[in-house]
Amino acid sequence: MSSVREKPQGPAQGNERLPGELTLRELLRWTWRQLTSMRTALVLLFLLALAAIPGSVIPQTSVDDFAVKQWKADHTRLGPIYAKLGMFEVFSSPWFSAIYLLLAVSLVGCILPRTRVYWRALRAAPPTAPRNLTRLPDSAAFATEEAPEVVLDRARALLRKKRYRVVAGGDAVAAERGYLREAGNLLFHIAVLVVLAGFAIGSLWGYKGGVIIAEGSQFSNTPTQYDDFTPGKLTKASELDPFRLQLDRFDIQWLFDGPRKGMARKFVAGLTWWDSDGTKRTDDLKVNHPLSIGGTDVFLIGHGYAPVLTVRDAEGNVAYSGPTPFLPQEQRNFTSFGVVKVPDAKPKQIGLQGLFLPTYNGDPLNSAMGKDLNPLITMQAYVGDLGINGGVPQSIYSLDTSKMKLLAKPGGKMFRVDLKPGQSVDLPGGNGSVTFEGVKPWVRLEIAKKPGTWLALSGAIMALLGLCGSLYVRPRRLWVRAVRSADGETLVEVAGLDRSARSDLTDDLTAFVAALQGAATTDITTNGSAGAAGAAGVQEDQ
Amino acid sequence: MTDQQWDTLSIQAVSAAGVVYFLALLAYSAQWAARRGAVEGEGSARAEVFARFAFLLTVVAGGVHLLALVARGFAADPNRVPWGNMYEFTLTATFVVTLVTVLFFRRWNLAFLGPWAVGLVMVVLMLDVVWLYEPIAPLTEALSSPWLVIHVIAAITATGVFTLGGLVSILYLLRESGRLSSLPAADVLDRISYRLHAFAFPIWTFAVLIAGPIWAHQAWSRYWGWDPKEVWAFITWVVYAAYLHARATAGWKGRAAAIVALVGLGTLWFNFIGINFFFGGGLHSYAKP
Ligand code: HEM
Repeated sequence: MSSVREKPQGPAQGNERLPGELTLRELLRWTWRQLTSMRTALVLLFLLALAAIPGSVIPQTSVDDFAVKQWKADHTRLGPIYAKLGMFEVFSSPWFSAIYLLLAVSLVGCILPRTRVYWRALRAAPPTAPRNLTRLPDSAAFATEEAPEVVLDRARALLRKKRYRVVAGGDAVAAERGYLREAGNLLFHIAVLVVLAGFAIGSLWGYKGGVIIAEGSQFSNTPTQYDDFTPGKLTKASELDPFRLQLDRFDIQWLFDGPRKGMARKFVAGLTWWDSDGTKRTDDLKVNHPLSIGGTDVFLIGHGYAPVLTVRDAEGNVAYSGPTPFLPQEQRNFTSFGVVKVPDAKPKQIGLQGLFLPTYNGDPLNSAMGKDLNPLITMQAYVGDLGINGGVPQSIYSLDTSKMKLLAKPGGKMFRVDLKPGQSVDLPGGNGSVTFEGVKPWVRLEIAKKPGTWLALSGAIMALLGLCGSLYVRPRRLWVRAVRSADGETLVEVAGLDRSARSDLTDDLTAFVAALQGAATTDITTNGSAGAAGAAGVQEDQ
Repeated sequence: MTDQQWDTLSIQAVSAAGVVYFLALLAYSAQWAARRGAVEGEGSARAEVFARFAFLLTVVAGGVHLLALVARGFAADPNRVPWGNMYEFTLTATFVVTLVTVLFFRRWNLAFLGPWAVGLVMVVLMLDVVWLYEPIAPLTEALSSPWLVIHVIAAITATGVFTLGGLVSILYLLRESGRLSSLPAADVLDRISYRLHAFAFPIWTFAVLIAGPIWAHQAWSRYWGWDPKEVWAFITWVVYAAYLHARATAGWKGRAAAIVALVGLGTLWFNFIGINFFFGGGLHSYAKP
């Protein structure tokens, strides 16, 4: 840093500066250095971990919209504050994004210079032998009758065979291996960026949505047909793959005994679908086996029952007829809640809400099991204004009864639409009738397109490979020096240096020395951890 | 054998493994006592015998432990991998701790770690049986996928090895503050701990950032959705990445790095157990308490 300057003499004149004052360029440089330091990377990693915590404690819109609404209703004071802070969308909030973007910048700032350094190191020769090899912690020396050249030649051959990069110069051989470690490290850090890019592409240009379709019904892939639809920020509705599909049948296997009695398995939805050019195909859609239609994935994620109801209005006309999906309240027994809205009923609109019990067993609130062995609907009926035309979008699964009247029997006794398949009931006051025609299954499909998935996956695999390189490749340098001593013998010195976790440098060195000696031996002296290594075990430095 | 017999066998094997672990612990204590008396020189040979015996018992306990796992898999109808609920996960993770201790016993000179690892496994196994036991049941639909096998085995293996690494980090901190002088030198412990973490980290990466998302994509229609388990798997991953960086940063080496490793272990186990109880496990329905 060059921030220490001479103190300006007298009052400030022109671009004289105060001590510690930085030019913009210096400031930027300083900021960059700080940002790309390992210390900052550490701090940012911790911040990222901390910042993720609220995302698991507070319900998230992207995970469970309903839970968020519930939470807001329960915490009227905190709710708005949290909403402002982005607590319900932690992972797309400005502060969370800021942390990982800073980390990404830091990462780039870290990768670039290290790549340059690495590139140079790759082309540079292994460093020449230090003057005094026996001073290194791991070293050995011996004397031999052989000529220095013979020993050095053998050293070179041996090291090459072990895939060291070898240079010989003067009386010594220098060798290095394990270049892949830093390559792995760089690959890993680059891969983190690739994963981020893949993830970003997916969330910007992708979309996902859910839709419930009853057996026999069709769905076209346009946003309006979805029950819920979440596009990415840059997704264009017109770019959805234009396909169409129909649920032909839905099969399910209920367990009648065993520890999971009452539960179901083997869900199979028989689909017919037409791709963008109208080619027709049929497929079985199963849990865990998404169907891919031209890059869009279709998943089977839920099922339930849709009672088929026909509602006649006060004038005797059929105002509503068809399957109405009811939502399971209990996965265990599929007691389901549903709403029927009949906006076309005249003179007053009709609304029904209540339960569907797949297996009615005397208890009007709970089904005995999930399979539709003895179906029953038990609902309340309302007449009046459904409030649909007010322009405020309404959920199809809830009934706004504020402008409606609950129907009761003459004399004010409670009235319920309790029906089994095939039965009809007249609504009190001549308001029409309801017929329960039968039951159809429905399935909930999740339809999603996430471009960039393959990029993210390749990035993750690259990261793993890089990681293995960076953690398990162990760079090592070895030197051998052979000089003729005054008494005509050749004095050989060998030394090694590890820069990473390593337990066997000493053993390797011993083996290497043995190989180097060939036959001719006089006494050997070893140094440093050589003796202690057996006990101390791990020799590492990083 | 009938499923019922397999089930009984599994339960008996768990108890038997617990007993043999306890015997191993006794042998380790005997070794320790013998070594204390070894000042006069004679005890050290006896200590050596006890040490071998303790190791042998650990291997036997590990074998019985494995039998418990295999039998659990055969007890299910249809037969399956024994990784369907918390009880089974814990049973497997503790087995991994034993396995790694035994496999690397020589190579990494883990003799000092024997009694600690055995003690840990024994205690966790007991808690597992008391608190987490669940009768055998078939897997739910979402769990019966080959990716279950791959994702879960990797996650459990990493959990076991991280746990062992954390144990060594604790021993490091104790040794470094001058206690437990019979253990290897602090920097040796530090290195062993690093190696265990470096071994587990790629496995964890594979489990939660590759296999997990692939499975999640098939089962839940998205590869990453920030469900509480995923959030905490990510947090764990980031903390351990910080640990590896800390090791490479001069000022953070040693003590600070060990503490980061233990924070990592905390997040790992919180994810494994805590999430299920506090947040209902999210989509990871196996974890519903
Ligand atoms: C998304 C953020 C990051 C993640 C997830 C991450 C992860 C990792 C991991 C897992 C390692 C272990 C490999 C090893 O021990 O050799 C590592 C090593 C390393 N990282 Fe990062 N890193 C991130 C950002 C950074 C940044 C911003 C820097 C720049 C200062 C950096 C510099 C390094 C260095 C120099 C090593 C090598 C340490 C060594 O030689 O042992 N990392 N990183």
